[in-house]
Amino acid sequence: MNAISLAGIIFLALFAGLIAYFARFKPGSSPSSLRDIPAFSRIRRGIGLAVEAGQQLHLALGHGGIADFKGGSGLVGLSLLERIARAASNSDRPPVATSGEASLAFLSQDTFKSVYRLMYSESQYDPEAGQLTGLTPFSYAAGAILVASDPQVSTNLFSGHFGSEIGLILDAAEQNDSLTSGGSDDLQAQAILYAAAQEPLVGEELYAAGAYLQVNPYHLASVRAQDIMRWVLAGGILVGAVLKAFGLI
Amino acid sequence: MKSYPFVYLLAAIAIASGAAVLVGYFFPSLAGLKGEMLDWAVIFTAVLLLIGVISLVRTHWRKIMQDQKDRAYSLVLIFSFTLTLLVAAPSGPTSKWSMWLYENLLIPIESSLLGILAVFLLYASARLFNQRMNIYTLLFIGTVLLALLGWLTIPGVDLEGFKDARDWLSSVWAVAGVRGILLGVGLGTVATGLRILIGADRPYGG
Repeated sequence: MNAISLAGIIFLALFAGLIAYFARFKPGSSPSSLRDIPAFSRIRRGIGLAVEAGQQLHLALGHGGIADFKGGSGLVGLSLLERIARAASNSDRPPVATSGEASLAFLSQDTFKSVYRLMYSESQYDPEAGQLTGLTPFSYAAGAILVASDPQVSTNLFSGHFGSEIGLILDAAEQNDSLTSGGSDDLQAQAILYAAAQEPLVGEELYAAGAYLQVNPYHLASVRAQDIMRWVLAGGILVGAVLKAFGLI
Repeated sequence: MKSYPFVYLLAAIAIASGAAVLVGYFFPSLAGLKGEMLDWAVIFTAVLLLIGVISLVRTHWRKIMQDQKDRAYSLVLIFSFTLTLLVAAPSGPTSKWSMWLYENLLIPIESSLLGILAVFLLYASARLFNQRMNIYTLLFIGTVLLALLGWLTIPGVDLEGFKDARDWLSSVWAVAGVRGILLGVGLGTVATGLRILIGADRPYGG
């Protein structure tokens, strides 16, 4: 095993240990202990208003697979979906999720199914709530536009891997006067979201969605662990830069 | 709430598979195990793709049958799917006619969407002033304008200063910002992966 692998293992073990520690021994913290991110307040309000008004929520999960780096933001989207489906389980119009990748589409259907099963409302489950709208970025966008522009959809959330085609979905959502919010792991999509979404989530803010929307205690614990690991990473970069400057590495 | 024993089996499979790939990544002697798991993942993904296509067609077929709104789009999808299947299935995806469909239908349609996107982005940048008028918005628009001016070539006008400023912005400030964002995204992705590895997040029906 080389030094890089060893450093990787230590980093992951420390990260996992911190998540487990905060979840197990410091579970009492609430999202109010986190810094204020206005997007999450609006998302919470958007979910509540949609449920009260009998309108629909749309969650776009993008077209990244789950077997590589691009899958992280899609998996965060699935956590968000679970939270939304739980909140809207009594709504007249259950939420809808669109994806451009088959495994994400099936996981979104599975998320709906398990939430409705846990809420004893399995009859509400509709496989079409988790839609695969296309298999290329633009065909995905073309299919998602139909959902985002539906007048019954009052909130459009984005969490996943997108490219520039996210602009087309955002435009459809804006023309529908719905709330638009979300983030992506892709920098191009991130820039478009910043310009076009009402409440963009920048960088790691997206990954904190589960903590702010209270999906489960592990999300809050992982945000706290992330804060520590960020310092560890920054320290490592600084030490590396100093060692490099003195020719020691 | 009910608990389902099957959920624990799913969690065990997910955790064991994830751990096997992770261990294989760090220990070269176990790379074979990682490769085996990834091969299985590729096979499952291919099967899911096939089921996904069937599901997509079924959804749109139902829309047509139930006379739902926007059924015209569903009709176009079914027609395009059938045409592509008839052309590509007998001769393969890289045959002359498959490539003809790709080059003369798919690429022009996607290019036109890209064209619309350019117009939308311009519109979105202008709308940003109304939506969020703050220092960051001004910085965003200012950077966009400076980058655009840096790309311009006007005969008889010396825009070297703008080009230098654009290069300085993109190679110093933008790269630093991008690295910061990517570090955040990386940390978030690792945290998401670890939550799944320790069974805290179960997006597979748990």
